[in-house]
Amino acid sequence: MMRRPFVQQSPMPGFGLAMGITMTMLSVVVLLPIGALLLKGADFGLANIWATVNRERVWKALWLSFRLSFMAALFNLVFGVLLAWVLARYRFPGRRLLDAAVDLPFALPTAVAGIALTALYAPNGVFGSVLADAGVKVAYTRWGILVALVFVGLPFVTRTVQPVIEEIDREVEEASATLGASRLHTLRHVILPMLTPAALTGFALALARAVGEYGSVIFIAGNIPLVTEIAPLLIVIQLEEYNYDAAAAIGIAMLLISFAMLLAINLIQIWSRRRIGYV
Amino acid sequence: MSDIPLPPASLRPAAAARRFRAPTDEAPATRLVLILLAVLGLGVLVLAPLATVFAEALAQGIGAAVESLSDPQAWSAIWLTLLVAAIAVPLNAVFGIAAAWAITKFDFRGKAFLITLIDLPFSVSPVVAGLCIVLTFGANSLIGGWLVAHGFPIVFALPGIVLATMFVTFPFVARELIPVMIEQGRAEEEAALTLGASGWRVFRTVTLPNIRWALLYGVLLCNARAMGEFGAVAVVSGKIRGQTATMPITIEMLYNEYMSVAAFSMAALLAFLGLVTLMIKTTLEIRHADQLAAQRRH
Repeated sequence: MMRRPFVQQSPMPGFGLAMGITMTMLSVVVLLPIGALLLKGADFGLANIWATVNRERVWKALWLSFRLSFMAALFNLVFGVLLAWVLARYRFPGRRLLDAAVDLPFALPTAVAGIALTALYAPNGVFGSVLADAGVKVAYTRWGILVALVFVGLPFVTRTVQPVIEEIDREVEEASATLGASRLHTLRHVILPMLTPAALTGFALALARAVGEYGSVIFIAGNIPLVTEIAPLLIVIQLEEYNYDAAAAIGIAMLLISFAMLLAINLIQIWSRRRIGYV
Repeated sequence: MSDIPLPPASLRPAAAARRFRAPTDEAPATRLVLILLAVLGLGVLVLAPLATVFAEALAQGIGAAVESLSDPQAWSAIWLTLLVAAIAVPLNAVFGIAAAWAITKFDFRGKAFLITLIDLPFSVSPVVAGLCIVLTFGANSLIGGWLVAHGFPIVFALPGIVLATMFVTFPFVARELIPVMIEQGRAEEEAALTLGASGWRVFRTVTLPNIRWALLYGVLLCNARAMGEFGAVAVVSGKIRGQTATMPITIEMLYNEYMSVAAFSMAALLAFLGLVTLMIKTTLEIRHADQLAAQRRH
């Protein structure tokens, strides 16, 4: 039997050049640095990594980061689908403006968002003073972190779900209505399953973004150890003390948990696509 | 249908006289509530922070804001940010075009794996990205030590900031181009080749015009993120005032020194650049929707 060649014959030129540029840049910019992190971890040893991560301060920070990121992504999932529905289905004055505003969190640098949210929710800020009268403290608490994470993850679900809603065939809904289903029943059993794969993609992107988020969070978090200290900040603290081993250990732990989460979401996605027979 | 005469209005059932609502529409009240929720939610979550940036920058009048931006350190930060973007974005555009060409015009083993690797930076925290760069090119590492010994330091200098920025913006251009180029197929390029055009000419006169708007779109996204990157740059830059402090880093330093007007003035400048990007992007989406991948990405 003949071995399948690496690249199939094609009249198109430039495979060597394009692949060469791709692999060189990918290696220098992404693969080599990630390899260096893993190498550093291997050098430090599994036992030492575990000893570094297995401290109350690190566990609390990791737990805080992942829990709040999950909550923020969940909020963005619900609000994002609502927003996508409104933007795709309804026509009202200012819709274009609203549509553009969804992308603002992508356009605003995280440090800018961080100081703006802090000013807004600080006890003397516009929202903060109102909330303070109601006895709610947002800035420098976990709620503040949640607000920042919701901000940075806001566009993902809307931007993945919106095109799917626009492509839905109205006939499907009409058939459902003809067969006597109420509008709510149609939305729940006909529309929602079609949106699930795209919504999960958006959820995963928002979650991944929130877990690694640093710039917008550190200003509003207050950064109190064991209470409002996020995992990326721990890495920065270790680096400022030139403790590269510990920084690498926490970095590897974060990478592993992120990949495990993304893998789980991918599996759910494959399952939900298969369930409704949609590729 | 129109030649069938309608019964006089007095004989029509009362229900038909009301506005017709399709069974696939929500009730007007539901519609209104959903629209209000969307407007209110976006207003509180997104527009209020944006307004705060400009309000705080102008808290002591426009004079104070302009004055804080004309400080030499502010100038050096603005210059550095533009320089980093001017190096990192074109490099990533070249990568994006090369990767999209290899992936969409050829069939080879491990293609899906390659796409996964290109997307990898999206799931890595910017801080971890910065850490990776420090571990690879820092003075204590093998490569970094050699480079420093030969007078070419990477970390705590411009090359490190460029590398960190490239890492976090790495997939942007490739991700925009790949779906567009898959959709356009290979037929046009193959026809040009048959007619005797050289490979470079095919790319320049056939492929490039077909992908130019998607390319511009990817470059815009890449540029917005490149100018605003904070986490990765904070780790690799060393935050040396007037030398390696980019605009986002300077915002942090000013803010931590309680120089609110100066911090927010620089933030307002960055936000303004972001808004311009957003405007160009929205215009592109309206004018060239047919050629952009964003509408189909999921």
